[in-house]
Amino acid sequence: MMHHIDVSTVLRGAVCELYSNLVTRPTGAAVRTAIEALLAEGQPPTITTIDFSHVNLIDFSCADEIVAKLLLQHVATTHEEARYVFFRGMREDHLDAVEAVLEHRELALVWDRDGRPELLGRVDDDERLAWNVVRTVGPVWAPHVASSIGASTDHAEFQLTRLWHRRLVMRQSDGYVVPGVVRGVAA
Amino acid sequence: MTTVINVPPSLDEQSFEQIVEQLAPLPPDQKVLFDARRARWASPFGLTALLCAAQSRTERADFAVPEHPDTASYWARTGFFRHAADVFTLHGHVPRPRDGQDSDVLLEITPVIQSDDVHTVVTRIQHKAAEILHGQLKLETAATMGFGMMLSEACQNIVEHAGRGGWVAVQTYNFRQRLGRRVVVIAVCDAGVGFRQSLESDPSHRRDDRWGDARALESAVLHAMSRFKARDAGRGQGLAGIRRFCARWDTKLSVRSGTARIALVPAWDEDEALQQRLPYFPGAQVQIMIPERLASDPPSAARSRSTERAR
Repeated sequence: MMHHIDVSTVLRGAVCELYSNLVTRPTGAAVRTAIEALLAEGQPPTITTIDFSHVNLIDFSCADEIVAKLLLQHVATTHEEARYVFFRGMREDHLDAVEAVLEHRELALVWDRDGRPELLGRVDDDERLAWNVVRTVGPVWAPHVASSIGASTDHAEFQLTRLWHRRLVMRQSDGYVVPGVVRGVAA
Repeated sequence: MTTVINVPPSLDEQSFEQIVEQLAPLPPDQKVLFDARRARWASPFGLTALLCAAQSRTERADFAVPEHPDTASYWARTGFFRHAADVFTLHGHVPRPRDGQDSDVLLEITPVIQSDDVHTVVTRIQHKAAEILHGQLKLETAATMGFGMMLSEACQNIVEHAGRGGWVAVQTYNFRQRLGRRVVVIAVCDAGVGFRQSLESDPSHRRDDRWGDARALESAVLHAMSRFKARDAGRGQGLAGIRRFCARWDTKLSVRSGTARIALVPAWDEDEALQQRLPYFPGAQVQIMIPERLASDPPSAARSRSTERAR
């Protein structure tokens, strides 16, 4: 099940019709609470696109309240209630704040960069190698990833499990896929 | 008896120390008169810090308005007298602010008391900031959004930590004295509890022999400490973000609190990185100075960072 959430619309609805900037912690907390309420309406597993296209400015406090805390909640969910988020519409200047809070909290996310899914945040080389294979050829299982990166199946399985726990890949009946991605491009 | 506090003819971050030196020995309820009659110029820091000086007195202070009509008129256009009337008893001729905004005043002196004020500040300055930073100071467009973030975080420090309202002001002027370039200067000042007391209010805070205003400033400005950090690991990133902006855009940051002052000093300026045992002044006073870029300047770190991310 896929959701689409326009952050700017949530901001105006949840905080103030006149605001176009995501600034201050109370604003960020109010927007996150509203997004959580929307997410709770769907049955897991869900993929939610969080769309920043119409957001003018986001500061560090709001990036932490909205992006980092949403990701923390998603990472904490169990397999049965797994939810995934995919970010869209983030401009270079949004990334300054978002990347800083991801680094600070050792988190990572999947985002649509010009139609191509990318990772943003704290990801090590082993995770990134495995993730790139999933993005390109997913759905895929560990043996395929292992042969693509020249590693053992155990190593590939370990990396895929790490990525799955971080909700950077989804585990489906036909293999691992990157959330929000169909045949290597953003859905 | 009223003690006269002489306001220097040119009032900026450095010369404001002369006011602090005169105020520090006085009890807070001592009646004082701020004599600005001979003042000719003031930076955003000077004006907002003057309001904080009034706020720090328990006995309402008097204020003698600058006598030179150009000075008084400029101070009026910055919004100074509108707020000064709330905290001082004004003496002398207060001109009415002219219609229309002064092109050098990016943001009039604006009170910051609650979160909504931060939205107001950021929204009000956005269009003009782009015009000045990109158009006049030749900074890349990315600097405009970074500027908004930095302004927002600096103002939020008042809302979240000061315990009372403060003021923000942004102006552009030619900084001939050291740089010979135009600069945009942000001043965010309050007379609240200051960094040391804010950090001490964290129940997990442990003092050591070195603890004091200087150590508190180092902890907050250099090490992103916040009184909220024990219960929320994401706190303290605002000042860290301001520090990153400063490094990227060759910007100077200075923060005074209590008896100490810390500064991140770019190559174009000379200043002490840390000053201790200054005369006491309550709250926190922040100044951020962004210089114009010249064609001969090396490429900004922002461009290299984008390239790095794209790989």
